[in-house]
Amino acid sequence: MRALRVLLHVPGRVFRFMRRDKKAATGAIILFVLLVLTAFPTWFTPHDPAAEIYTPGAAVSWSHLLGTTSFGQDVFSQVIAGTRQSVMIALIVGFFCTVISVIVGISAAYMGGIVDDGLSLLTDVVLVIPTFPLIIVIVGYLKSAGFWLMVFVLVFTGWSYGARQLRVQALSLRNRDYLLAAKARGESSWYVITVELIPPMTSLIVANFLGAALYAVLASAGLQFVGLGNLNAESWGTMLYWAQNNEALQTGLPLWALAPGVAIAILGSGLALLNYAFDEVANPALRPVRAMKKRRVA
Amino acid sequence: MSEPILQVRDLRVEYATPAGPAQAVGGVSFDLAKGEFLAIVGESGCGKSTLLFAVAQLLTYPGRLAGGEVLFDGVDFTTLKPEELRLHRWRDISVVMQSAMNALNPTLTIGAQLTDACKAHTEWSDEKIAQRSAEVLAMVAIDAVHLKSYPFQLSGGMRQRAMIAMALLLEPKLVIMDEPTSALDVVAQRSLMHQVETLRHQLGFAVIFVTHDMSVVSHYSDRLAVMYAGEIVELGPTRQVFDRPEHPYSQGLMEAFPSLLGESKQLTGIAGNPPSLVDPPEGCLFAPRCAYANDECRSVRPELIAYGNHQVRCHLVARTRKNDA
Amino acid sequence: MPDAILRVQDLTRLFRVGGFRTRGQLHAIDEVSFEVASGEIVALVGESGSGKSTIARVLAGLYPATSGSFVFEGKAMGRREVRASRGDMPMVFQDPFGSINPVLRVGHALLRSLKLHRPDIKRADRFAEAVALVEKVGLTPGEEVLRRYPHELSGGQRQRLGFAQALASRPSLILADEPVSMLDVSIRIGLLNVMKELRDNEGVSILYITHDLASARYVADRMIVLYAGRIAEEGLTTEVIGSPQHPYTRLLMSSAPDPHLAPTAFEGDDLGEPPKVINPGPGCRFAPRCPLAMDQCVVTTPPMVALSATHHAACYAVKP
Repeated sequence: MRALRVLLHVPGRVFRFMRRDKKAATGAIILFVLLVLTAFPTWFTPHDPAAEIYTPGAAVSWSHLLGTTSFGQDVFSQVIAGTRQSVMIALIVGFFCTVISVIVGISAAYMGGIVDDGLSLLTDVVLVIPTFPLIIVIVGYLKSAGFWLMVFVLVFTGWSYGARQLRVQALSLRNRDYLLAAKARGESSWYVITVELIPPMTSLIVANFLGAALYAVLASAGLQFVGLGNLNAESWGTMLYWAQNNEALQTGLPLWALAPGVAIAILGSGLALLNYAFDEVANPALRPVRAMKKRRVA
Repeated sequence: MSEPILQVRDLRVEYATPAGPAQAVGGVSFDLAKGEFLAIVGESGCGKSTLLFAVAQLLTYPGRLAGGEVLFDGVDFTTLKPEELRLHRWRDISVVMQSAMNALNPTLTIGAQLTDACKAHTEWSDEKIAQRSAEVLAMVAIDAVHLKSYPFQLSGGMRQRAMIAMALLLEPKLVIMDEPTSALDVVAQRSLMHQVETLRHQLGFAVIFVTHDMSVVSHYSDRLAVMYAGEIVELGPTRQVFDRPEHPYSQGLMEAFPSLLGESKQLTGIAGNPPSLVDPPEGCLFAPRCAYANDECRSVRPELIAYGNHQVRCHLVARTRKNDA
Repeated sequence: MPDAILRVQDLTRLFRVGGFRTRGQLHAIDEVSFEVASGEIVALVGESGSGKSTIARVLAGLYPATSGSFVFEGKAMGRREVRASRGDMPMVFQDPFGSINPVLRVGHALLRSLKLHRPDIKRADRFAEAVALVEKVGLTPGEEVLRRYPHELSGGQRQRLGFAQALASRPSLILADEPVSMLDVSIRIGLLNVMKELRDNEGVSILYITHDLASARYVADRMIVLYAGRIAEEGLTTEVIGSPQHPYTRLLMSSAPDPHLAPTAFEGDDLGEPPKVINPGPGCRFAPRCPLAMDQCVVTTPPMVALSATHHAACYAVKP
């Protein structure tokens, strides 16, 4: 389909852009490494992360790069194995949030009138709902929180911010003459939205995706830390939970608590760096070198 | 010319671009006499607005002053520190921007903005400020009741006149105007030019007026400077430059204006595009588009040479003039 | 006019303005009637707020008329017909930056227009046809230009592209909404010449909307002067420029600076601006600024007075 062909042009431009900007490159490298770990954790885990067979509370050594937990599990393997959960939740929640905010935001801007009023009201209401208390209530009510429940809750509370941003940008683009020109030559609304309106908004949509992913990482880690996640899952948040519960910092096992924390920070930074870079593309005012504004052209 | 109030000497401005520094203004020099109206004309990208900002010391990154001097009443502005410069701003030189809607603060009333300007540059009492504000508005035929109006409540022409009123608060010796009429309709434009002219005769300030549309200034300016690719290519008394332009670019430009009441004929405009400022051509910057360019034009950059009160930057003109002399 | 391709009758467009309490109708255009013959350029001249762009947008089908009608190529254009025939009266926009999608290649919109409006051209031949179209407006080499991105073209080139896109549907009439206002002066002539060539070589009529009288004089065969949503004067260019009858036309003529001629005396102290016509009363809208205003002028709207077969002015002070 035509729209698909146009959208396939996007990765090429994105790639070229990432090569230029150092922030973007750093972020991309971090994410790439983490993606590899997500896909093939067993290549990098020296030991089975769940096995509680090693000396509990061991110090750093060559066989246990980050020591062991008080249950006798290898910390390093746990961190590596935990990558998958965090990255997956980031990507999945990011994806769904973005899809919903694109649909809601852009429809609101393009349709205008009562559709816009309704969708904006919905967006604002969801935006204002306090995330954490809501999640705690839902999860507490259901008494267990599997992966997909967490995804659902995070998407439900996370799409509204992006929808607002995209709506505003779509509104500003909507009055551009090239959209009127497309309409004037007889294109259907569907075509105008997918081929003429969305492609110039790509950078903002990507920035939104990264922002949502970042939100998902931090929120899910937070939930797991508080004990609302699946306590048997292999993830950084649950590592933090167990570390906290066993007073890792106080009992001389700081790495047990610090390692997952640092891992979360690294994933977060990767997403944030890429996000900054895309923000700069989406908002030219943030770019380092600005060209002079001129009203007339040669 | 008796003691000029402004002397610009070899002014250069560069812009940082991803492709390298762009030479936006390349060695511009001119004098301005007291009370003189100098029009600077050129198309987009010729550097006229940049030149203006450089003279007023308003350049910001990525533009920067790369050389030259701006002597106002003998004081070199380029060497002054910001605090020292502030003492001159608005008292000696004031600026009228291109689009009043962008230059006026939409959240403050006209009166509040005039007050701001007064407070920033003087120690006047509130009564004196109020009195002066009403005075300047009267000068531009805006009723004093509009001191309480917001910019959006005024029409385009009135906003522009309010900008001029603000520029005249401290009776400066020089008012710099950056395309103040381009956002206005033709009737309002005419009215504004007439206003500026009346005030100039009344108060005696000099004007540097930058525009892309030379017909707007053709009946008001004393001298006309034509700019191309960051350089002045012709400078002389207005009527002379209009009626007998010597530089091929000026000639092309004059030819490109369809006449309203004059003879109706087919016009051709100027083929081609302005040169890259990052990688300019070796010789004359206009040579690639010039119908008369020869080898010397393409290899040697011409100087701005004065022939009496008329200056032209062209090898061919220099040769013709030398032969005539 | 017997062979008129466009006949506009009493076209009116109102916009609702104001919030909950202050309800008003902005009369963008009011009972505008005119015709365009085939193979002619008609200039619609007016300042901002005169309604000239609104007329273009209503004709292009971008918004519906509030009342009145128009007949294009013999077909009465109600709302349904307008929507179905989008592209038969293509529009060229003012802003060379805004009127082309920056992320798509230059050829994209042109090829789409061909696809939508020229079913007679097979898919394989479309590119060749696109090349022919851009070369007609002076963009060469065509193949190379079509593959570029908009930011690689200059403003003048983009506006030429706008005309090429308009030509794609082989229209009999192109609506040009201030196509040269944002271009440098030396580039404008190029575009104006393109318009003349299209009229002479392709037989296309152009409705040229502008605020600049001099450029209107340069290209147009006939001129229509608009003020505050109504037609003030219309006629052959030579008639309107040579002997303007309506006081507003005269004001425009005397305000437009002409560098080639000696300065004209500035008639009076006109500092007024065209009014925003919200809930207007009866009478001539120019009356508040008119040096010839009489009592009659504020009571009833002046009808069009015929000064010749082709020259009309809506003014009580004009004698036929």
